[in-house]
Amino acid sequence: MQGDTSRRARQVGRYALLIFIAALVLFPIYAALMQALKSGPDAIDHPKSLLPINLTLDTMRSAWRIGDLGRLLLNSVFVAIAVTAGVIVTSLLAAYAFAFLEFPGKGPAFVAFLATLLVPAELTIVVNQRTVDSLGWFNSYQGLIVPLLATTFGTFLVRQVFLTIPKDLNEAAALDGVGHLRFLWEVAAPLSRPTLGALGLFTFLGTWNQYLWPSTIITDDNHRTIQIGLERLKTGDIDKLNLVTAGTMIAALPIFVVLISFQRQLVRGLTAGAVKG
Amino acid sequence: MRRKWRELPIAAGMLAPSAVVLGVFVVYPLVRAVQLGHLRCDATGKRCREGGWGQYIDVFRSNEFQHALANTARLALMTVPIGLALGVGLAVLADKQLRGIGFFRTVFASTVATSVAVASLVWFVLLQPEVGVLPDLLHGLIPSLKHPGLLRDPGTALPAVALSSIWASLGFTFIVITAALQGIPRELYESALVDGAGGWMRFTNVTLPMLGPTLLFTSVVLTTRAFQAYGEIALLTGGGPDPERPTQTVPYLIYGQNSLVKNDIGLKSSAAVLLFFVLLVLALVQFRGLDKRVHYAR
Repeated sequence: MQGDTSRRARQVGRYALLIFIAALVLFPIYAALMQALKSGPDAIDHPKSLLPINLTLDTMRSAWRIGDLGRLLLNSVFVAIAVTAGVIVTSLLAAYAFAFLEFPGKGPAFVAFLATLLVPAELTIVVNQRTVDSLGWFNSYQGLIVPLLATTFGTFLVRQVFLTIPKDLNEAAALDGVGHLRFLWEVAAPLSRPTLGALGLFTFLGTWNQYLWPSTIITDDNHRTIQIGLERLKTGDIDKLNLVTAGTMIAALPIFVVLISFQRQLVRGLTAGAVKG
Repeated sequence: MRRKWRELPIAAGMLAPSAVVLGVFVVYPLVRAVQLGHLRCDATGKRCREGGWGQYIDVFRSNEFQHALANTARLALMTVPIGLALGVGLAVLADKQLRGIGFFRTVFASTVATSVAVASLVWFVLLQPEVGVLPDLLHGLIPSLKHPGLLRDPGTALPAVALSSIWASLGFTFIVITAALQGIPRELYESALVDGAGGWMRFTNVTLPMLGPTLLFTSVVLTTRAFQAYGEIALLTGGGPDPERPTQTVPYLIYGQNSLVKNDIGLKSSAAVLLFFVLLVLALVQFRGLDKRVHYAR
């Protein structure tokens, strides 16, 4: 009996700790939501109140209108989908060559591919800004999309899965007259669907969340993505800060939805690099 | 032998899309930036002359670069250890078969859904003394914080940025460490229990060593993130407050709106190349130093 009570007490303690920490982690989002759902006059009268009373969508609506958030979100969705589709295609193709084909210089070519992983965007952007400018891609969707269309990470990830597909399968298919592209499309790609899902999710999120690159090549309103467009709501006016929060909450919403729908791919992708060491 | 050459055209075709993109937007900029980094330009940034490799040494030694590098290192020293410790703590806390634990795991992982812009703007508002609640709360906890405009005070601006970064990375760290915890064989805990190891002993003798490779990976990722901090600086402080500019990180020195080197391609390139080297060295040092103590058991 004694042991039972102390176990009980420990469990209560653990729950109390879990709830306390969960509240801390959620606090910034809760505070932001309360600000975003406050009406204009309330924001001036009780700027710091976080009680869920007199909630209204008015501020969200104003932020949507003033920030032209619909346009920004559409730009982000378009760019992220285009990059994701492109990365999946380029990764599949390159991974196939590295996994199933034999060609002279394959080893060094693969090492060269991997080496590009080391180069951070913070370095390449200095020159890419000029390249994109000379291509006439300043303030354009091409500028936002094309430089991101290939990633070593994707090639590497897909190649790892392709290597688990028996080579006999590939050779048998070749004997039956099945071409490489058809084998890739009909056998190899479907077999690696879970990895492609994780790669797709990561590419989508990574592109969606980009900040530095869009902010260096986009200056007009037509091509601004949501991440760099939100800043427009941030004026010096303290009274308008609830507009910033409202816009931020609207910007965060699509990703929350995406992540909740693709939790499994997320965990798979995040842990691909970590656990296998 | 014949197969090798027969498959070359199709292989080349399949590699071409990736190779072109990576070549034009990763390899070429790397090579070009190293060349441009030699340039010494005049005040307008238009007329430049060759400055040789010495230019890199000059830039590295310059007050601006040293200042930005020190700020960046400070940011990493705040975000990496605290971020790792919190990630491990939360993951261990949530690694129990309890009713409703799924809910808590989702909450702890939730900040992974915030982009740098979203997280920074949420914290920006939260930290404003006029509308945010945090300054009052902190003032209540630590009365010596007389001036609660954390982002406007040179002494607290960088810790405030770090706070926002730690929060934003927590979801990622939690997910990765949780996955690693679940990979630790239960028998190890059972045999430790049989040997009479208490909770803390089991944590230090089983959990931590088995988490080694994951902690190494996470620490490299968090360090790299700190050294690439740009969006949070642009949105939270703009590198300020002036004149001390304690939040001027290296990426912000290179790309910031009000940066001194904004129009000087030579300085920009050499600072960017130097940042790349710093990142490379840091990753190597972490792998070298930690690799010896890390337990790879798979």
